[in-house]
Amino acid sequence: MNIVVCIKQVPASSNVKVDPVTGVLIRDGIESKMNPYDLFALEEALSLRAKVGGSVKVITMGPNAAKAVLTEAIYMGADEGILISDRRFGGADVLATSYTLSSAIRSLETEDRKVDLVLCGKQTTDGDTAQVGAEMAEYLDLPQYSNVRSLKLKDGTNDALEIVSLLGTDILTADIQLPCVLCTDAEINTPRLPSYLRKCAVDPKLDELITVLTLDDFIDHDPTHYGLKGSATSVERIFPPDKNEEHSFLTGDPRESTRTLVESLKTRKLL
Amino acid sequence: MYHKLTQEDLDALRQILPKDRVLTGDEILSDYYHDELSGTEAEPEVLVFVLSTEEASAVMRYAYEHDIPVTTRGAGTGLVGAAVAVHGGILLCTSKMNHILELDEDNLTVTVEPGVLLMELAAYTEEHGYLYPPDPGEKTATIGGNISTNAGGMRAVRYGVTRDYVRALTVVLADGEVVHLGGKVVKNSSGYSLLNLMIGSEGTLGIITQATLKLLPLPKKSISLLIPFPSMDEALDTVPFLVRSGTNPTAIEYMSQDVILYAQDYLSKKFPDTAHEAYLLLTYDGQTPEEVEHNYSEACKLVIEHGAIDAYFVDTDERKKPVWSARGAFLEAIKSSTDEMDECDVVVPRKRIADFIKFTHQLAKEQNIRIPSFGHAGDGNLHVYICRDGLPEETWKEKLAICFEKMYALAGEYGGQVSGEHGIGYAKRPYLAELLGERPIRLMAGIKDAFDPKHLLNPDKIFKLKE
Repeated sequence: MNIVVCIKQVPASSNVKVDPVTGVLIRDGIESKMNPYDLFALEEALSLRAKVGGSVKVITMGPNAAKAVLTEAIYMGADEGILISDRRFGGADVLATSYTLSSAIRSLETEDRKVDLVLCGKQTTDGDTAQVGAEMAEYLDLPQYSNVRSLKLKDGTNDALEIVSLLGTDILTADIQLPCVLCTDAEINTPRLPSYLRKCAVDPKLDELITVLTLDDFIDHDPTHYGLKGSATSVERIFPPDKNEEHSFLTGDPRESTRTLVESLKTRKLL
Repeated sequence: MYHKLTQEDLDALRQILPKDRVLTGDEILSDYYHDELSGTEAEPEVLVFVLSTEEASAVMRYAYEHDIPVTTRGAGTGLVGAAVAVHGGILLCTSKMNHILELDEDNLTVTVEPGVLLMELAAYTEEHGYLYPPDPGEKTATIGGNISTNAGGMRAVRYGVTRDYVRALTVVLADGEVVHLGGKVVKNSSGYSLLNLMIGSEGTLGIITQATLKLLPLPKKSISLLIPFPSMDEALDTVPFLVRSGTNPTAIEYMSQDVILYAQDYLSKKFPDTAHEAYLLLTYDGQTPEEVEHNYSEACKLVIEHGAIDAYFVDTDERKKPVWSARGAFLEAIKSSTDEMDECDVVVPRKRIADFIKFTHQLAKEQNIRIPSFGHAGDGNLHVYICRDGLPEETWKEKLAICFEKMYALAGEYGGQVSGEHGIGYAKRPYLAELLGERPIRLMAGIKDAFDPKHLLNPDKIFKLKE
């Protein structure tokens, strides 16, 4: 099975400050890492490959420095990395990003080698929109599910998956025809760790394992479909969210308070 | 020997402290009868909560005048019965003295009350860019308790133990007098170190009411390595090489597959790798990424040369969480895997760890009892647990005694000590007496007499007092 996992480089600290004047994330001096939600998607891909064979490619969009997350994914076990990097992709909103990713995925395909499964994380920790996966599926014209908690090859087939998706208070189980796009939920597995031995094995040939794609490599070369020009939305203002710290105190009869507490924990799905 | 509290005494204590901080009878929760593990259980005659040095001093003065024993207690997370009022009397709880009083950035110290929890201190210092290095697994323990047991923890390999970070203490003595020991000084050659006598004295020499602790600049970069080995022997045999490699690890922990699986069950959370029999968990930290990367890369090379299957990078918060939360839960996980257990916290020379662990495996087979273990391979401190697993009371007691006797005897033979970091308290006294011999215990008794001639402070802990 040919699996592509979309990953992103994000700031390593969760306490990234926003410039109060420009509204831009202050990234200077901040270390980067792989978006934590993507680790779950990558782990699902690597586990699936172990069961059914095939390959796992990781793909990311960003500057040259974003090669670091592709390298990390390769240390975890991915076969190859694709960096989509071109000044003309700069300033892309969610829609343009989705289109760029879908174009890159299409450009990876040949007549006899199609992508079977595209996996994404739930969302990124810096953008937090959780929209790219679904929009990309639209551009690829592929079926898609979000919040996927588990996936496996459907019994007796090799072209369909059986998935479980958490939809608010409901759990959905479904069969989905390959090729498709799936966005994994958080905390659905414990992602494997990057391996020192794999690092030793792949470091000498990283240049061969990581391919850089630019607009010129895409089927649709029209620069107005990408980056700022291809964006349907523009950011008016970015500001840190208000801190919402909700406290409630249960007083009175201990039995009654305990019941209320249990109910409250149940409602929040903590029990 | 000791005076039993009367209504008059309770009234007097209620003159010293507000009524709601002087509890008796049913007002005292049974939690205050015991600690986390040892099976030592006793009901205090009165439980008091003090909020200041002056209050502690006033209570102690009253106790001294009336021959009432006083046991000091923090969060009650001890494992050897040290904070159990075995002679009744007053259980004096310092957990509400929980303020961080001062951060002195010029002298790199923080001054705290004894009831501050380790996790609160860690969060506070990190927030201000500093590190308080002692890192015992029990983060809800109080600093007062940590000092009283000279707690160690996982970073001891590089940074040392609690003793190395206590600069000054305010102590209420047995007669209620208050003394200040040590100071914000780096060097001190001024007579006997009473400060160091207080550290690790488990409440038998005085009541700690304030502590000034040394801090370090917070390392800017930290990475852990999870290293699987085909066997525990190979894992532990690698440790001396790591220690002398010049890579300067902060932590070298060992863990076996069975204990990791208990933690998985206990936390309902998968560990990143459970396929191998034994693991080392190393941490490297430093001020620059280059320094840290150089050190851990060298360590990776070294462990592979010594038979490691691989070395996995635990380099981000989301990777550290499942690994370190499992490591932090080992004690509770083993506890939940059985109906009752007891612990042996021996420390042996590093080179002997592998032999000691092998011996516990033989002992488990020989006694037909489960003895899981984990611990600090880098400093020779093992946590070995003997699990009851439904054995009838008599058989359990018998087997437990045999196991303890044999393990402590072997620790002695290897040049080890009874406790690496949990202390002696009430439960481990016979083993200390056996391992140290008569003269050292007599010296300790002499020190006790000098500090506490009436034997009121946590009596009969560490060693049995002569009648």
